[in-house]
Amino acid sequence: MIELSDVRKVFPARRTAGEVVALDGVSLSVARGEFAGVVGPSGSGKSTLARLVNLLERPTSGTVTVDGRVLTDLDAAGVREARRSIGMIFQHFNLLDSRTAAGNVEHPLELAGVGRTERRRRVAELLDLVGLADRHASRPAQLSGGQKQRVAIARALAARPSVLLCDEATSALDPASTTGVLELLRQVRAELGLTVLLITHEMSVVRAVCDSAVLMSDGRVVDGGPLTEVLARPDSALAAQLVPAPAGPETGDGALVQLTVTDATPHGAVLQTLTAELGLSVEVVGGSVETVAGRRFGRLLLRVEGDDGRLDPALARLRAGGALVERTAAGDPRPQPDADDAPPRPDREPDVQRLADAPDVQR
Amino acid sequence: MNDWSRIAPQLVDATGETLYMVGVATALTVLLGVPLGVLLTITAPGALAPHPLVNRLLGLVVNLGRSLPFIILLVLVAPVTRGIVGTTIGSTATIVPLTIGAVPFLARLVETSLREVAHGKVEATLAMGARRRDVVRTVLLPEALPSLVAGVTVTVVALISYSAMAGAIGGGGLGDFAIRYGYQQFRTDITLATVVLLLVVVQLLQWAGDRWARRLATS
Repeated sequence: MIELSDVRKVFPARRTAGEVVALDGVSLSVARGEFAGVVGPSGSGKSTLARLVNLLERPTSGTVTVDGRVLTDLDAAGVREARRSIGMIFQHFNLLDSRTAAGNVEHPLELAGVGRTERRRRVAELLDLVGLADRHASRPAQLSGGQKQRVAIARALAARPSVLLCDEATSALDPASTTGVLELLRQVRAELGLTVLLITHEMSVVRAVCDSAVLMSDGRVVDGGPLTEVLARPDSALAAQLVPAPAGPETGDGALVQLTVTDATPHGAVLQTLTAELGLSVEVVGGSVETVAGRRFGRLLLRVEGDDGRLDPALARLRAGGALVERTAAGDPRPQPDADDAPPRPDREPDVQRLADAPDVQR
Repeated sequence: MNDWSRIAPQLVDATGETLYMVGVATALTVLLGVPLGVLLTITAPGALAPHPLVNRLLGLVVNLGRSLPFIILLVLVAPVTRGIVGTTIGSTATIVPLTIGAVPFLARLVETSLREVAHGKVEATLAMGARRRDVVRTVLLPEALPSLVAGVTVTVVALISYSAMAGAIGGGGLGDFAIRYGYQQFRTDITLATVVLLLVVVQLLQWAGDRWARRLATS
């Protein structure tokens, strides 16, 4: 449905800044009806990626194909036509303050030349769909953030698009509104058979709604795939962020073993093997469980004592049997989960200190 | 002081002339200044229809018009006025320099207003498949309307002050009246009466403009 092929986007140098390579050879494919996520830290190029899909930003090279149409080959009129079948919602909603909620939803229909009675009917239907039928006469200023995003969703769906782009659509919302908006997105995707491309820096959003995701870093896709597949890969950078590895103990003897628990993998067998069969002492020292794509995924950190050389062959045997189990070393933390959500840790002394150290202050 | 019965009707006539000049000039200024302001906005770098050459050219013309003292402009455009109206004397003739003086002024105000419309709204509309002229018509102008009304109000007040100046070289209206009766006949009371009248007109217009702008912003 959405096909990006070796897309590069370079912003030319300006007086104040050098050339910026926002996207460096990105290829991405989203199937019809898929709910796909794009995650990555700020500046990784994920927003540029979303804006390329409807050609708000033209790629420097590479092709963009949506619903079989190569957008990058179209002229201006063709692009406008194609954009009607691609809805978009934004972090800051971008509703028109001069219009009511109904007026905002009506806007794309006016632009598409839909007749007045048909517009009225469709607007009522859409506001009903997003649960705001009673707020049709409200101005954006009178609506909460969550309600504004619902109006924006109704507006994005007005022209019956087949694709919906969500650019950090929940990043300006509180947790309760975020949940409501995500539920609505999932509902409209199911009801209207939409293909959704969702850009976010929040892993919790991906876990809640996405079927698949890609992880971006420095303008490149570094990992990705269907979430169930990604999570089954122990070395996946995306999985490490989706379901964080439990923090290991600071000290302690014995081997550390990480066990990934899914609905589909045998994990009872692992404990069974280690304790009953090998007679090792197994202690759970850490764990985390998340619901991803409607399924539960967990990671357990086990400390195994009394290994007499039989542990590694046993683990290999378990892996061959489908278990997701591997040895891990203490003090080898994986990337911090949701690192982008957390406030930056001050890793230097406060500025006051630095000022006092400055030579001209000591004088 | 008993000649007020003779002067009063003339004062009323002069007020009428001022309102006529300012009224027509305002209409023409809005008609010309708003499109010029739109062009200035959308041809700017990074805007809706970037066009550096046109942008710089228009900017130059607007700055030229804005930097000329109005009294000089009045004399400079006299040939143009004669070409259009047939004469350079009288209220109708004064409308030409008034308009030429006010268009660049309003254009800059319009540009400032339109630039304040969040770019995200423009993008959201482009993402719907809108043409650029649709964006101007359905987003830029309506979203900036309260601010545009405030800009027009400022322009009208400036036009009243310009029109008084134009009176000095035969334009008619309250300025002309104040010069002829108040200044040249040493009648300070007449000058004062004119000033009070101008003040009332300006106050009324400003009040009406503010009210309208506020109503648009909150409705």
